[in-house]
Amino acid sequence: MSAPARRPVAVVSFAQARNVRREASRNEVELLMPVVSEVFAAIGASKDDMGFICSGSTDYLVGGPFSFVTALDAVGVWPPRAESHVEMDGAFALYEAWVLMQEGAIDAALVYSFGRSSPGDVTEILALQLDPYVTAPLWPSPVALAALQAQALIDAGEATEEELAEVAARNRSAARANPNAQVVSDASPEELLADEYVVAPLRRHALPPITDGAAAIVLAAGEKAREWRERPAWITGIDHRIETHALGCRDLTRSPSTALAAERAGLFEGPPVDLAEVHAPFAHQELIVRRALELGDAVTVNPSGGALAANPVMSAGLIRIGEAAARIWAAESERAVAHATSGPCLQQNLVCVLDASDGAVVGGGA
Amino acid sequence: MAERCAVVGVGQTLLRSKRDDVSIPGLVREAAKAALADAGVGWDDIDAVVIGKAPDMFEGTMMPELSLAPALGAVGKPMFRVHTAGSVGGSTALVAAHLVAAGIHERVLTVAYEKQSDSDAMWALSVPQPFSAPLLAGAGGYFAPHIRAYMRRSGAPEHIGRIVAVKDRLNALKNPYAHLHLPDIDLKMVEESVMLWDPLRYLEACPSSDGAAAMVLASEGALGSPAFPPAWVHGMAMRSEPTMFAGRDQVSPRAGRECVADVFGQAGVTRPREQIDVAEVYVPFSWYEPMWLENLGFAEPGEGWKLTESGATAMDGDIPWNCSGGVLSSNPIGASGMLRFLEAAMQVRGQAGEHQIDGARLALGHAYGGGSQFFAMWVVGAAKP
Amino acid sequence: MSGAEAGTQPVTVLETPIHLDYVFTPGIAQSIFLRGLARGVFLGQRCPTCGKVYIPSRGSCPVDGVATDEVVELPDTGIVTTYCVVNVPFAGQAVEIPYTCAQVLLDGANISFMGLIQEVPADQVRMGMRVEAVWVPPDELGPSLASVKYFRPTGEPDALYESYEEYL
Ligand SMILES: [Zn+2]
Repeated sequence: MSAPARRPVAVVSFAQARNVRREASRNEVELLMPVVSEVFAAIGASKDDMGFICSGSTDYLVGGPFSFVTALDAVGVWPPRAESHVEMDGAFALYEAWVLMQEGAIDAALVYSFGRSSPGDVTEILALQLDPYVTAPLWPSPVALAALQAQALIDAGEATEEELAEVAARNRSAARANPNAQVVSDASPEELLADEYVVAPLRRHALPPITDGAAAIVLAAGEKAREWRERPAWITGIDHRIETHALGCRDLTRSPSTALAAERAGLFEGPPVDLAEVHAPFAHQELIVRRALELGDAVTVNPSGGALAANPVMSAGLIRIGEAAARIWAAESERAVAHATSGPCLQQNLVCVLDASDGAVVGGGA
Repeated sequence: MAERCAVVGVGQTLLRSKRDDVSIPGLVREAAKAALADAGVGWDDIDAVVIGKAPDMFEGTMMPELSLAPALGAVGKPMFRVHTAGSVGGSTALVAAHLVAAGIHERVLTVAYEKQSDSDAMWALSVPQPFSAPLLAGAGGYFAPHIRAYMRRSGAPEHIGRIVAVKDRLNALKNPYAHLHLPDIDLKMVEESVMLWDPLRYLEACPSSDGAAAMVLASEGALGSPAFPPAWVHGMAMRSEPTMFAGRDQVSPRAGRECVADVFGQAGVTRPREQIDVAEVYVPFSWYEPMWLENLGFAEPGEGWKLTESGATAMDGDIPWNCSGGVLSSNPIGASGMLRFLEAAMQVRGQAGEHQIDGARLALGHAYGGGSQFFAMWVVGAAKP
Repeated sequence: MSGAEAGTQPVTVLETPIHLDYVFTPGIAQSIFLRGLARGVFLGQRCPTCGKVYIPSRGSCPVDGVATDEVVELPDTGIVTTYCVVNVPFAGQAVEIPYTCAQVLLDGANISFMGLIQEVPADQVRMGMRVEAVWVPPDELGPSLASVKYFRPTGEPDALYESYEEYL
């Protein structure tokens, strides 16, 4: 497959709120405002430099309609701006901004997202994502659905409870180096296996925390990117794919949508990645995504601690892209892949390939 | 760098107060299948699906695109969900058009819907917020004070709103898909309808509808053999501004003025009243026609109502607005903006049937949302740009 | 209808009651406003960049995107910039219809907020009318807009249209 050449666009700035179990004093605007100002300050840019603004969030987490409308007040969209919103993870908002930038008229864009899981019962709320006729009325919790998937993986002989504990231990220990992480731990896999089951075969450690958070990224094209960041993280390919919603029609042990998005994003062309930030809220999902992305043992996975260390719903995917980009800026990675997921049991997946060089810009779509 | 993009297929459902004959997947499929048939393509020819709707609470489902993926043939494809309040139907179409213009995809299906009867939209809009006194009553209560401000600012006489209410409902009689079909409508009937949010009467407000709209957008190389000629996208733009801030012009928001300047600039439109043959503009309350006539530059500030009064915006006028009956005749909220974009395309493709403006070559589609703060517009034409 | 016949009929309605509880976080800025209401005073906040006074502030100046951290006490008086008369019954309505719902611009504020107008027939409410807040009795004051019973005319001459035109 030969993809047409794409305009080089890079992630040049990233900021996130400190991830916490419950943000008790600040509202969405107050949560976002310092994040937005930090993402600009880090590169000496301002909102006036942004040709486009796009955000991702969902009303059901907040409990009221149009929550994204007031959140916009954190940016100060005056004079009026080209602006849009997706009821999706911020990673998809980034995708929309990247698409518009491909047309050449926009050189910089602000992407942000916010998600607070603490105001309501997130396990009840996420049940409303399910088919409203036959599944949602049963109110299955996302943990139960993830447990189905984990059990399928174990039954297929492709994972053990020990491996789940290893994933959790590695992520939460890596999170020690992440000042924004919510859950950090030095517990060994053996110690973690003493946890009780929440929903078998998932023990406490295999679950993501409940998190309030927010994040922002600045994308820039060509020379603008080099002006703002010495070593920009060029998006050499980005793509997303969805699977059927009916869990019974899926092989839950595989993530074909991740694999397809990765292929279309050009992940399997060119040199292998050395780093991955995957959005796997449940420990076993990291194993599934790793396989779909064909990540070898040499690849550093989730140096940030991933979604097991902090899982601000609607922002956790965007944060993966920011974390991966930050490693490229810091020359800790030459080529990285970031992944975001949405829906029950990894139904929808986005893959973004980032490179220290803009020579390999290929992928996305077609 | 941008590729040319055209509308090659349109589809809409019957717009009704209650579509309990179909589920939500059934509703969106009805529109999507019609659009595919009109484009002469099948599900396999679609590269990506972009869907939009207004707040999820309207139906009590969260991120419904996840469960709708199979019904829209999106499995294995990119599926994208837009939400920009009332303008969402328009901005959804724009996101789809950008996927083509940016050269990412060759053929994109875009869908927007609302099934308001599945839940209580009035409730969803008025979820009680703690610490505040519930005073508003739906969107009308929000917009009526701005209408009053327009009347004061322009000196417009109070019958202007009624003219729009009658005109759009008479147009709707020519549109079999329209929700309201009121053959007996006249100025007196509007004047005698109940006052809801003074100065706004019942028949000056939009209905609450179920319905969906869909379009197939294609690149120049993937036009195929549609049933009607393509409607080429000549310009597209989105603009947003904050809901409230000190000194905000809520009658003629700057975001609307700058959005139309952008879209007309791209399309080479300098004298809209002469160059635009027909417009589908988001008018959920009668008075928004004269207000948007001014905001969109079809009339000087304070003069929009005179255009309405003169009959210029009627189907036989020189700048027909909302020949389909507009939002005043059908309001499936999330789809309402896309219907404006779609109807504009139908006009330049010559497929609008009884409400067709003969020889329409260039048309404006317009949507707005939130507190008159989110704008999405496109200009489509019969000629290749 | 027999059981067999019923089995062939399409299901057209399925009821799924949804009840979700949320903890609402007004935020730092709105909390200042609400605590003011609990004392019977209007507390606005000034933007350090443009100097405009917001009431209530949601935390930022929507134009500049910066925190409005200077607290400004505002008087009980202001003007009606525009209004509508609500005749629509809806769930949770606090007042008997018809009632006048107005945008009230407090003296010294740069933004209006929605308030109920009483002690004047709906057809005598005017744009530019001077009004003052009527608070609930001190023992009923709380951190809610319900602390403001309503606004009523002061009887002063109306404000000139030009003086509030930019707030419409
Ligand atoms: Zn300011």
